[in-house]
Amino acid sequence: MKLSLSPFLLPSTLYTANISSKAQAAQQHTVKSVARFLSLSVPAPRACSAQSMRVHWCVLPFRVLLVLTSHRGIQMFESDGSIMVYWHALDTGDAPPVQAVFARGIAASGHFICVGTWSGRVLVFDIPAKGPNIMLSEELAGHQTSITDIATEPVQGGDCMADVVTADDSGLLCVWRSGPEFTLVTRIPGFGVPCPSVKLWQGIVAAGYGNGQVRLYEAMKGTLHVQISAHARTICALDLAPEVGKLLSAAEDTFVHIWKLSRSPESGSIEVEHCHGECVSNTQLCGARFCDPSGSSFAVTGYDLAEILRFSSV
Amino acid sequence: MSVRTLPLLFLNLGGEMLYILDQRLRAQNIPGDKARKDEWTEVDRKRVLNDIVSTMFNRKFMEELFKPQELYSKKALRTVYDRLAHASIMRLNQASMDKLYDLMTMAFKYQVLLCPRPKDVLLVTFNHLDAIKGLIQDSPTILHQVDETFRQLMEVYCGLSAGEFQLIRQTLLIFFQDLHIRVSIFLKDKVQNSNGRFVLPVSGPVPWGTEVPGLIRMFNHKGEEVKKIKFKHGGNYVTATKEGSFELYGDRVLKLGTNMYSLNRPVDTQTSGASKNSTSRAQQENIAPNPLAKEELNFLARLMGGMEIKNPSGPEPGFRLNLFTTDEEEEQAALTKPEELDNKVINIQAMQDQQRSEELARILGELEVTDQPRWSTSKGDDLLAMMDEL
Repeated sequence: MKLSLSPFLLPSTLYTANISSKAQAAQQHTVKSVARFLSLSVPAPRACSAQSMRVHWCVLPFRVLLVLTSHRGIQMFESDGSIMVYWHALDTGDAPPVQAVFARGIAASGHFICVGTWSGRVLVFDIPAKGPNIMLSEELAGHQTSITDIATEPVQGGDCMADVVTADDSGLLCVWRSGPEFTLVTRIPGFGVPCPSVKLWQGIVAAGYGNGQVRLYEAMKGTLHVQISAHARTICALDLAPEVGKLLSAAEDTFVHIWKLSRSPESGSIEVEHCHGECVSNTQLCGARFCDPSGSSFAVTGYDLAEILRFSSV
Repeated sequence: MSVRTLPLLFLNLGGEMLYILDQRLRAQNIPGDKARKDEWTEVDRKRVLNDIVSTMFNRKFMEELFKPQELYSKKALRTVYDRLAHASIMRLNQASMDKLYDLMTMAFKYQVLLCPRPKDVLLVTFNHLDAIKGLIQDSPTILHQVDETFRQLMEVYCGLSAGEFQLIRQTLLIFFQDLHIRVSIFLKDKVQNSNGRFVLPVSGPVPWGTEVPGLIRMFNHKGEEVKKIKFKHGGNYVTATKEGSFELYGDRVLKLGTNMYSLNRPVDTQTSGASKNSTSRAQQENIAPNPLAKEELNFLARLMGGMEIKNPSGPEPGFRLNLFTTDEEEEQAALTKPEELDNKVINIQAMQDQQRSEELARILGELEVTDQPRWSTSKGDDLLAMMDEL
């Protein structure tokens, strides 16, 4: 699949929404429409302003919204990009002139959409079942440096104790329980490198770091269970195939690795196994995603690459 | 994106420009006593480099540069280098200037792309500055200017976090996106493929602070390591031996940003199908009306106002430098340049703005010269023509 301009070098620039059984067709269509969309909605002349952009389809109980972030603010659209339902301008009030101002990190949790900002604040928006009556419900204060990524887990049965994770430029992770008021469950300190990508699955936090490490933590307590020297350059994207517990890591070292997560039946400890590695020659990867929840295929994007490459297991 | 990127972009591109000009001037070097009036000597070469370096590191200019600001368009930046390249008695015609700029850009793109850590772009910058100091050793005043800039770089950048450097790196790479001009020295060294893309090696030392990939460590709930497994990573990496120095003097360790040109390895670009990507993108930028042309014009005027151009004194003619191996090649290159690259004159609203035009006129006034360089146009017209080309 060709794009007219190669994707901007920003982590996680590839998103698929597995909405229905027509996921394949939906994916093809939606990825194309995003490519078209990005070139229309952004003021063309100031190329720089387009480049703080992240995009994410937020799957909520009764609707799907397309969320775009940039250095100006946050836009939310109906899932086909046809109508903008909400615009939130970023508050740049106390930002010093040397500070880059932007929104980054988007995730949906229940009927909330969380968006991270340059200051470390996480904005929580309350989304109604339909219509444009979206409200800013809360601003989470847990981070002191720019948010890089946010991950959420669909609530499993009644009682989920930790369903949102936020990550920042210092590598700090905050684990939250969502609700009318979000509660901070635990903090996992960084170690001097950014954490560009984070995922949450069955109480396991998977974090990818700027020094190529992937770490797995117990979400409730924040204990480190697994440390993988996975890549030789910064990790740009992690993704999960929730049906089988497969984790994908892609990095600027041109490699993609697939891991199998599990819990030991005796101790409940998190374990991991390496399944597969793929080298995308001479390409600094910037985005990667599983194409389906069973993880049988994945797609990658890279710097200076005008195509989305798709790999399927045979 | 990051508002701290411009100094790094400017200094590194400037450094590459100096490497190339130095190499070309040496290649055309004629011993002083044998030289005709229009041929380059060692004395001329040193003078040209001194003039350019001293203009580049001019205090007022550096002040403007280091102000937090977004990167401007490629055209605006190119105009600054056009000006800089003509800061001495040397003259480059359009084809040679195009080639120079292509080489500079691809070289720095390569260096940014291959930096092991985002912070290493600072080491690349220091490599360029170290080399520049070597080129102008005989001039203590200019050396002092360069050292001042060195200190300013250290002050601004040494305290930045890894996350801020990653943003700077991303800003730079977006600036260079989709440029695939083939450079023969890169092709020969096999760091660039014939399709114009750079080779990203999967072997060698890992960045400082990164472990060699291939190990999985598992811990129990008490934090004790319980298992260690190896996996096949696919690359062939080794541990990094030492970290480069971020001091005023020191071993940078990293080779990126050092001078790769020498007398035996002439600079050469091939413009080919691969570069069509860059021209079509440039065309897209040309066509879209740019409401920010005023802002860019303002920025340029301020920058150039800060550039003190040393006017050649006395009746010396300007010396022409050819980036190609022969004059015929240069002419040929000018003829085969695709239509789209010819700068179209775009009407800019700026002149209608009373205040702006007064400011520009004042700056133009300061730049007027009395003697004529080899070109028939005066420097004032030159600047205006360049402004029109935005």
